Amino acid sequence: MTPLIEALFLQAGYNAALVAVGAALLGFAAGAAGTFLFLRKRALVSDAVAHATLPGVGLAFIAMVWLGGDGRNLLGLLAGSAVTAGIGLLAVEWVTRRTRLSEDAAIGAVLSVFFGLGIVVLTVIQTMSSGRQAGLESFLLGSTAGMLFQDAIVIAVGGSLAVLATWVMRRPMTLVAFDAEYAAANGVNVPGIDRLMMALVMAVTVIGLKIVGLILIVAMLIIPPVTARFWTERSQSLIWYAGGIGGVSGYLGAALSASAPDLPTGPIIVLVAAVLFLLSLFLAPARGVAAAVFRHRRFQRKVHRRQGLLALARQEPIHDELTLRVLRSEGLIRADGVATETGRAQAAKIARDERRWDVAREIHQDTGLTGRYDGLTPIEEIFAPDEIAEFDRRIGGPRAIGEGL
Amino acid sequence: MGSEFVMFSLTPMLIGVLASVACALPGNFLILRRQALIGDAISHVVLPGIVVAFLLTGVVAAIPMLLGAAGAAVVAVVLIEAIKRLGRIEPGAAMGVTFTTLFAGGVLLLEQSDTSSVHLDVEHALMGNLESLVWLRATDWSSLLDPWALAGVPEELPRIAVVCVGVILLTLVFWRWLKISTFDEGFAQALGLPVGVIGMGLVITAAVAAVAAFDAVGSIIVIAMFICPPAAARLMTNGLERQVWWSVLFAVLSAVLGYVLAGYGPLWLGGDNAVSAAGMIATVSGMILALACAFGPHRSRVGARAEA
Repeated sequence: MTPLIEALFLQAGYNAALVAVGAALLGFAAGAAGTFLFLRKRALVSDAVAHATLPGVGLAFIAMVWLGGDGRNLLGLLAGSAVTAGIGLLAVEWVTRRTRLSEDAAIGAVLSVFFGLGIVVLTVIQTMSSGRQAGLESFLLGSTAGMLFQDAIVIAVGGSLAVLATWVMRRPMTLVAFDAEYAAANGVNVPGIDRLMMALVMAVTVIGLKIVGLILIVAMLIIPPVTARFWTERSQSLIWYAGGIGGVSGYLGAALSASAPDLPTGPIIVLVAAVLFLLSLFLAPARGVAAAVFRHRRFQRKVHRRQGLLALARQEPIHDELTLRVLRSEGLIRADGVATETGRAQAAKIARDERRWDVAREIHQDTGLTGRYDGLTPIEEIFAPDEIAEFDRRIGGPRAIGEGL
Repeated sequence: MGSEFVMFSLTPMLIGVLASVACALPGNFLILRRQALIGDAISHVVLPGIVVAFLLTGVVAAIPMLLGAAGAAVVAVVLIEAIKRLGRIEPGAAMGVTFTTLFAGGVLLLEQSDTSSVHLDVEHALMGNLESLVWLRATDWSSLLDPWALAGVPEELPRIAVVCVGVILLTLVFWRWLKISTFDEGFAQALGLPVGVIGMGLVITAAVAAVAAFDAVGSIIVIAMFICPPAAARLMTNGLERQVWWSVLFAVLSAVLGYVLAGYGPLWLGGDNAVSAAGMIATVSGMILALACAFGPHRSRVGARAEA
């Protein structure tokens, strides 16, 4: 455990610390930028963008070698990847706009074709004399082992810039993501903002190539916003939640991966994010599965309690197991099924409530009020005391159970 | 030329063609149902399936791997559906969460386990090894009639052939059901067709085709063939029958042309090493799609203004 703690506190060497900080910044930027995509329901466009970086990386390597350079300069490779990623993005838009193919077909076509082209370029590089040790395959799944100091700097600076850009542009982008038509009516340039979002996604993808790799970077754009969605209903805070979740995944993932051998950085970061997603899916307060199950059980109990009491009031036998259990646990009936004193009082109250509702629905044509009748809501919550007094006058005085309703 | 071609190029080319057709056929329906990216998701989750199969059996054998991969594909489809319903998340995002997570898990398992002794790595899974599926026992065309030589064809060939024939038969047998439920699900339901079963069956067929093709040609071709030939075919015609024929034609064309360009293209350009056939086949299918997008007779939406 010690190596992990060292890595968590940035003590596992200068490069590891830089990588962890870079991954956290990248995760934050990716989560925030991905939120806009997620709200626009275009999450998978980022997959096409990510795969389209591969030919760019290869071509940039070839170009730099031809020009007599090193070929492995990270900045150059990332610039090349940005160019083809941009072309891929334009291709998706062109196909979707100009033809009748749907966006998902365009995404699939672009990602597979660009990736195929990238593989062709990589095999060309392998046959070049300087290409044998190019190590460009590391861009597929990311690799932080043996990363150069200057590469870590590039990632950290790039990540900070992406975070900054997200912060500066948060308002118009939130507006467009939340309600594009309202934004357009307000004079916001929606296509322009859309393109800006995509540029941000592209920037995050390119920066993430070295750490997470092009196959998995899409996870950093999708999983944090989806996870954050469980915790908030407000699009403003969604961005920061998603950024936070992405940042934590990036940091934890990078630290975990630095703490032991054979833990590839990219997949570990993605798996940390996936664990956060699963926890949120089940445990989130309002939208989580556990909360939904709990709500359902409580509702079920309320219905069974009320129906059971109504049956008591009408002196009908109760057969349903759950109803019996609910009534018994609240001390409303005895073990043999006979109503207790409290049970009879409650039953009379519920029966009266039901009767009042019947009258209310006869008198009131206003469905805004009587429409609230769901067999569970006490009438006191909807109508004022004087109105209820009027209902009671029509019903007549209270009667003991057994005298009919 | 003859003997060399039979020995080194005939079998990979055949495997490429069969794999392309097996993927393109279900791809037609996936595209029309707007499930094009299911192919993408499946081909990502095949990796963890294969790794788990390897860890359980300890050998790199075809049948356990196919089972593992098919199992992973079904798990992925179920997970996507569960996340969609439990979390009320839109399908695209649910898919993105699922396949990236499973893929990351597969890579981690692969790195953690000792697979150095066997030929199992991520790059192989992505790129396939089409070029290496040569038919060493062949001498020339007459080997096609020689039982001894035929026994030595790469085992991927009969496997993908069986799957391809199976996909063709399924498409023919369930043609009417597929057609009706793809175009008008409500009408299909009113006719009493098991719409849900048809949908699931289509996805499973696609998964089996993907897994068999994946084994031979890698996942790039699989994704490309699910989408590019059917998408290009969609821009050529309005009839489903004709669309399917076009897609088969495009798939075969991509496979043959891609293989030839990858093997001989660099030689024509003065290079001396072949490039990745899988990558080239995907690239050619993309070229065909691009041409269809630019010139296909039915490229625009119905009712859209005709473009000049």
